[in-house]
Amino acid sequence: MNKYLISGNSVIAEAAIRAGCQCYFGYPITPQNELTEYMALHLSRKEGCTFIQAESEISAINMVYGASIAGARAMTSSSSPGISLKQEGISYLAACELPAVIVNMMRGGPGLGSISASQSDYFQATRGGGHGDYRTIVLSPASGQELADLTQRAFDLADNYRTPVIILGDGMLGQMMEPVEFHKEAPENLSTKSWALKGAKDRPSKIIKTFTSNPNELEEINWRLFRKYRLIEREEVDYETYMVEDAELIVIAYGIAARIAKGAIKKARAHNLKVGMLRPITLWPFPFKKIQEISKRVQYFFVFEMNMGQMIEDVQLALEGNGEISFYGRPGGVIPTPSEVFRILSRQYYQKGLNR
Amino acid sequence: MTIKTVYKRPKLLKERLFHYCPGCGHSVIHKLLCEVIDEMNLKERIVCIPPPGCSVFAYNYLDIDMAESAHGRGAAVATGIKRVSPETIVFTYQGDGDLSAIGTAETIHAANREEKITAIFVNNAVYGMTGGQMAPTTMIGQKTTTSPYGREVNKEGYPLKMSEILSVVEGTVYIERTAVNSPKNIKKTKKAISKAFQVQIDNLGFSMVEILSPCPTNWKMSPIESWHWVDKEMVKEFPLGVIKDRIKVKKC
Repeated sequence: MNKYLISGNSVIAEAAIRAGCQCYFGYPITPQNELTEYMALHLSRKEGCTFIQAESEISAINMVYGASIAGARAMTSSSSPGISLKQEGISYLAACELPAVIVNMMRGGPGLGSISASQSDYFQATRGGGHGDYRTIVLSPASGQELADLTQRAFDLADNYRTPVIILGDGMLGQMMEPVEFHKEAPENLSTKSWALKGAKDRPSKIIKTFTSNPNELEEINWRLFRKYRLIEREEVDYETYMVEDAELIVIAYGIAARIAKGAIKKARAHNLKVGMLRPITLWPFPFKKIQEISKRVQYFFVFEMNMGQMIEDVQLALEGNGEISFYGRPGGVIPTPSEVFRILSRQYYQKGLNR
Repeated sequence: MTIKTVYKRPKLLKERLFHYCPGCGHSVIHKLLCEVIDEMNLKERIVCIPPPGCSVFAYNYLDIDMAESAHGRGAAVATGIKRVSPETIVFTYQGDGDLSAIGTAETIHAANREEKITAIFVNNAVYGMTGGQMAPTTMIGQKTTTSPYGREVNKEGYPLKMSEILSVVEGTVYIERTAVNSPKNIKKTKKAISKAFQVQIDNLGFSMVEILSPCPTNWKMSPIESWHWVDKEMVKEFPLGVIKDRIKVKKC
């Protein structure tokens, strides 16, 4: 199998094309422009495919909404401030049960923030993000290869569950170059979508809508959505464990932070510190059960994020008070080093007396 | 004695009571759309994008495929559908708040990309569904719930003329402003709608029909008074007629 050495942003774009993405709508924002540019170069001239540089993030997500209504595999990408603008459209996609893939290569915030890599949008991504009662599947890649694999999985998940899927990367993953293999080629025939609207031919007319003046009807829609979300929580949780078997201290980190943490754990192991890691790959649904299972044996948890502490709330929910959590975070787009994280976690290790 | 049918309910108009107020233009425009879509035989290939607003319930009346858009995003949603499915006839149904306030950017840029879509733009000079607030198209001096002393130019600006603005955008092919306040104007509106759809069928570019439509409830008038007000006041700011017609140029 061929290996490609291209930037993370380009990996997502190529993987999307190979997943049968027919439509891309985007708007320039750093640090994800290579993705939009790759699509302009490679998708725009492809037979039956559409690339539009939209007039705004809001328009881009609404073009995705339209393309999804017509039955296409469609995606958009942006970075933190642009993703805020897309929330309106994501709420409508969730409400109408339309598939879509939305990529957020996070940067520091709030406000215009910085263009450097951050994990500042965990809350926004995992709590729905826009208005109303809904969730989106959130995938958290931690390497070039995973950008490829999870992008392809994102399109399948979106179609299978008829729901928007967020790929939550960051500016560093987007800019990094790593050798990548693309495991899947575009499916020859994507299944036709029964909900697609193209005119009422040989069937009664149909409506895709979100508004209802009857609260009871809307409540039923909310219940239906949450039955689906419960199913996703049962079926789609994904995570990686790293050296957890004998670990006395478990690092919980995701995305690029997990990559940095892995370097720190290697250093810790070289110093005979028994440190392991749980890396959630799906941030929603979150691996609550796995953390509970680990907490039966392990008492100490170390949450590391490139923000002021967002996922830590999910870890607290998972532990239900069983276990002790310490936190280390660097917000603002600052990229911590493995040595720095090793220093902090080894201090924790000794303070808790885990070396004894 | 033989009985000849001279008028009947349009085939595509569902048998359901309108929720619109007495004298409102939406019901007339809905009827015209049903007639045109039926006469042009488009039911099997047409999708309507209704907006939030009074006409959010358009799907209760028109027996065609519909996909509701977020406020103002109609042109972007229509773009997505049309690009995936170029053979589908896609039209937005938008009010003045929707198309000329919150959706200005979407509308202008879809037009500028020469999207092959049609906008049915219903201008009644107020936000209707939310209770009669000032719109970009509210007349100077007109009292609304958010311009209770009358619209003042130095604070609230001038009535925004979207048809004229769009006429200088290269991608627009056909724009006409009509009204539904008299049998004569209703006939003209019907003709304009079918012309706008034909522009899309012929794949020429962006087309729009702006329809001046009475809103007696929020104008605080009787239906009859509101029809006269369209003639006496609204047409001064929003003159009726073809604003742009590049059909012949685009065809050759």
